[in-house]
Amino acid sequence: MTSSLLFNITTFAYLISMLLFFVFLAGRAKVLGTAAIAVAYGGLLAQTVAIGLRWKESYDMGVGHAPLSNLYESVVFFSWTIVLIYALLDIKYKYRVIGAFVMPFALLGMAWAQLGLNTGIEPLVPALQSNWLLYHVITCFLGYAAFAVACGISIMYLIKANHDESDHKSGEAGIMGMFPPIKVLDDLNYRAIMVGFPLLTLGIITGAAWANYAWGTYWSWDPKETWSLIVWFVYAAFLHARITKGWVGRRAAWLSIVGFAATIFCYLGVNLFLSGLHSYGGGK
Amino acid sequence: MKENNYVTTQQKDFLHSLWDFFCSLKLTMFLLISLAVISIIGTVIPQGTPPEEYLASISLAKIKLYKALGFFDMYHSWWFILLLYLLTVNLVACSFKRLPHIWKIITEPVKVLSGALEQSLSNVATIRSSDDPAVLKEKVAAFLKADFAEPEVVEADGAWHLFAQKAPWCRLSVYFVHLSVIIIFIGALIGSLFGYKGFVNILEGESVSKIESRSGKQLDLGFALRLEKFSVAHYASGAPKEFKSILTVLENGKPVPDYTNARVIVNDPLTYKGITFYQSSYGNAGNYFFTVSDLDGKNPVSLTVEGKASVNLPDGSSMHVLEATRDVSEFAKDLSGPAAQVELHTPDGKAESFVVYANHPELNLQHAKEHGKGPVLHYKGAEERMYTGLQVAKDPGVEIVWLGCLLMVVGIYIAFFMSHRRIWVRIQHGAVTVGGNASKNQGAFQQSFEGLVARLTTDLTKEKQP
Repeated sequence: MTSSLLFNITTFAYLISMLLFFVFLAGRAKVLGTAAIAVAYGGLLAQTVAIGLRWKESYDMGVGHAPLSNLYESVVFFSWTIVLIYALLDIKYKYRVIGAFVMPFALLGMAWAQLGLNTGIEPLVPALQSNWLLYHVITCFLGYAAFAVACGISIMYLIKANHDESDHKSGEAGIMGMFPPIKVLDDLNYRAIMVGFPLLTLGIITGAAWANYAWGTYWSWDPKETWSLIVWFVYAAFLHARITKGWVGRRAAWLSIVGFAATIFCYLGVNLFLSGLHSYGGGK
Repeated sequence: MKENNYVTTQQKDFLHSLWDFFCSLKLTMFLLISLAVISIIGTVIPQGTPPEEYLASISLAKIKLYKALGFFDMYHSWWFILLLYLLTVNLVACSFKRLPHIWKIITEPVKVLSGALEQSLSNVATIRSSDDPAVLKEKVAAFLKADFAEPEVVEADGAWHLFAQKAPWCRLSVYFVHLSVIIIFIGALIGSLFGYKGFVNILEGESVSKIESRSGKQLDLGFALRLEKFSVAHYASGAPKEFKSILTVLENGKPVPDYTNARVIVNDPLTYKGITFYQSSYGNAGNYFFTVSDLDGKNPVSLTVEGKASVNLPDGSSMHVLEATRDVSEFAKDLSGPAAQVELHTPDGKAESFVVYANHPELNLQHAKEHGKGPVLHYKGAEERMYTGLQVAKDPGVEIVWLGCLLMVVGIYIAFFMSHRRIWVRIQHGAVTVGGNASKNQGAFQQSFEGLVARLTTDLTKEKQP
């Protein structure tokens, strides 16, 4: 069994899980929801083993390092954290249907990684040879994943809110009946960001600590640093919006979506379109 | 007098509205979103000294405009700094406005469960008991102490009131997060006022005691630093694995024992007396050797090029070495041996850059023929004399920044995941009324409140049986 095969199984599991969630959304049969989440958990397990295996394989090759060193490995890890955060949310709050709006993100990541990126294990360049890599990447991506889940929930919020307004609750029997009430969605959005924001803060701080340790400056307004701060500003605005009149509900949902768009740009856009210190993330 | 009074009221009104302006959350939202949007500029336009290619790609008018607006150093421009100051003033003002109220909740809690308070609570339960109120009071007090927190007991309006609370101080966490932002700013300010960033190149075997700061100033280190050796290690694939400088700190020319032959690699710097040296770049400053001859190979002359210096050739042109390698096969598979990339300036002002080989004289000759009458250059190799490029930093504010970061993380954690929980109990007319309130996470508190009431009910009713 190789990590590569397991990653393919993971991708397939996330695809099946997503399709089951869609059918569950349309058909409302409880068993489908259970099947969808079970397949997602199976995929998460396979992916966990695969990441561990890839780690070991790198040691077997004599270039041992945590599998967090290039674009392929980070996309795979991002996908793993998204499903992990969703699983935790599901265990705690049991709003299964959210999976239909979260699993696509995880699938997209895995599919892109497996089909479009260079999957080879490479030795670490000198700049990445540090334990800070582990702390920095793990905190950042757990934060990103929580924002991905919040974005999925916000999309649900906007769909549901639009529907409620136009149909005056006559459609309770349709797909909308499966959606949690908008108040619950608003609360879940807040809770997901409440998890993501401290993690992003830790991610920025560990990044600053590493930069200070390796280069002697904890902040140099490198595009990646600046974009992470932009993301931080957006979610700080989101958190303050909740105690401001006129910013709750729809606007908060939009802030969450904009925040995730900024997150994705911070993660991928900066490497693809801008130049800077994090250029190792650029895929071939 | 009237006139004066009028002015003062107007001034007061002005100060009042100014204060309200700085206290408003709308300002907070505006500043956070503005900062987020404006920060994008500096990630699209290169900062510091923009590269020539970039400047060539935009119009002169744009360059002028960007310069005038400070876009090439926007994170230090007056308008960006102003936004940061406004944010600071805003969060200080907000904190000052709300803190007294919060402080009162913490230090002067309402201990009496009045009817009005009861109405305002979402968690209320009543337990019936015919026990003597004084006995009930003792029982409830003992229960709260064991199950929740030690209560305070007061008698008011012919009833016993008990009040217990947990973690009231966590209401302050938000203000600690705000404080942490200010502490980080102070740390950054100290760093920019009393610290510096610089750069130094040291040749193998040589020492330096001065470095050049980023602003171009010469700074005295107060000690000297000697490069004993520099080396590069590669992976089998040819990718770099390690850049290593072996450094010795010298005080009055003598090596400092613990700082002799210290190893500095990327991600592992050397700190001495608050100044830190980071592995940043390297190069070869040794001599390069060439021979120059006519096209037919006559009049050969040996030529030595010192490091990056420029030398004159017999025909009046000048050249310098851009880069050299010991084995050109890394770059061109069919070729072998040493090679140097040189730049040649002919007397008529033309410049060209090309590669000169040691093992391929025919290529050198071919190049010379293609470009007219010569001369022909042959590369003879280089003597290796490595230099290391070290980033130098002194930042006395960095500890304060970390203190601020620590406070921020702890503050955010408490602000999100801990809550101030309060329980009130009133014992009157054979009824024990329990009320509860939490500052956050109402759902979880409701569950624990229901559990507490259930346990209290069994506690109060079981004694009745005998």
